[in-house]
Amino acid sequence: MTVRLRVNPIMCQAHGICAELLPELISLDEWGYPLLDPQPVPAALMAHARRAVADCPTLALMLTEDPGK
Amino acid sequence: MTPTVPVTPAPGRLAPVGLPRLLLGGPDPARPMPLAEHLERHGGFLLRGFGGDRGPTMLIDAVERAGLTGHGGAGFPTARKMRAVAGRRRPVVVVNAAEGEPASGKDALLMRIRPHLVLDGAVLAADAVGAREVIVALHTGPSSAQAAVNERKAAGLDPVAIKVVHVPKEYVASEESALVRFLSGAPALPTFTPPRPFERGVNGRSTLVQNAETLAHLALIARHGDQWFRSVGTPDAPGSLLVTVAGAVQRPGVYELALGMPLSAAFDAAGGLSEPIQAVLVGGYFGAWLPAETALRVQLTPADLIAAGAALGAGVLLALPASACGLAESQRVASWLASQSAGQCGPCTLGLPAIAEDLALLSRSGNTTNVRNRLERRLRLVEGRGACHHPDGTARFVASALQTFAADLARHRRGNPCPSTRHPVLPLPDDPVGP
Repeated sequence: MTVRLRVNPIMCQAHGICAELLPELISLDEWGYPLLDPQPVPAALMAHARRAVADCPTLALMLTEDPGK
Repeated sequence: MTPTVPVTPAPGRLAPVGLPRLLLGGPDPARPMPLAEHLERHGGFLLRGFGGDRGPTMLIDAVERAGLTGHGGAGFPTARKMRAVAGRRRPVVVVNAAEGEPASGKDALLMRIRPHLVLDGAVLAADAVGAREVIVALHTGPSSAQAAVNERKAAGLDPVAIKVVHVPKEYVASEESALVRFLSGAPALPTFTPPRPFERGVNGRSTLVQNAETLAHLALIARHGDQWFRSVGTPDAPGSLLVTVAGAVQRPGVYELALGMPLSAAFDAAGGLSEPIQAVLVGGYFGAWLPAETALRVQLTPADLIAAGAALGAGVLLALPASACGLAESQRVASWLASQSAGQCGPCTLGLPAIAEDLALLSRSGNTTNVRNRLERRLRLVEGRGACHHPDGTARFVASALQTFAADLARHRRGNPCPSTRHPVLPLPDDPVGP
């Protein structure tokens, strides 16, 4: 089972907090919206990823699990 | 293992050999074919009922063997969509005839002159997945669809309820999730998926959304079987398709072609080219430009078009005259596409106007290298970052313009832009193209 970051682009309001909390996997585009690393979240960063998800003011950021295909 | 039950041919009716199929019965584009004449020409159809004695998924199996794929743009296998809905609780079938693509006219024509073929397909699909309700979604206008529904009601033809709903004109309104949302009583805006319509669609019910032309093909597969369907086209791209031919041709309009024909056959059907052309827009405004020499040689199959850098999309084939400026034309459409963003997702709301502006700068011979690099970065930046595919389609269109009109870009850069002596060729709503 792999875990990846996903953002609901309708809810995202470009607060940019996620990129501050998880710069290893999230950067911001020229308009301030997050660019997510499409790779699975490494175990070492999982705690930071959960923190970024929890702190998103619009609850747009999420972690999705896909059973390895 | 699915049992292969042969589908009974239409009672008392011979299946048409060759083409036309959907447009069988003469090319009178102004006259809707009445129900009696429609049944006379095509024969009746049998409803077997979901879970009926001939097997619960018989029609779906036939559609799968026929290899029917969606004609609305995405080309998704129709049987797979049907299976996802079949047997769920109180499903709904939506006929998507709300052609958002300004250059496309095939679904509107089909609803106008062959409404019963589309409605047959919708009723058959509803029957096959266990739905009791059909919604026909189309843009406001003189509605032969409603007249056709009334005709069927008076004849007591269908065991399902059919409702006609007019949807807003906006480009994204006919996107599947936006359509489902609108039919549930909310604004026609795309939604974040999942859930997809088959999981949670109109009013929370499992929903099969099918393009109007796709359902017309399905109505004929139900009558004549999958072998018949495959008797035109190629093994990998079976059947026929409707194309909207526009631009520099003698008789612009909607034509039915076998898949696998050379693209040039569409222009032949339209009476040939009316003047020399430089490029062809394939698919529509979410499609791609191909240089004329590539386009005229390519075969009309999904695989051949993808190999050439395009896609069938909604079947638009627009011939750009040599005398037009591809950059100016593309820039005009890119600005319109930017204006059609639903305004929900930041990268689309902010990115598409920025892309359109970059293309305008380039086509006005601005600071080319910087702008070009910025534009290419932005094209990559917006891709896949909307809830729907509006930014992706727009980026694909603009990227293909940069590639196909590379020579024009170089000329514009040398301070030698195309003379803008002619009216725009690419149609936009409320901005008619000139002679």
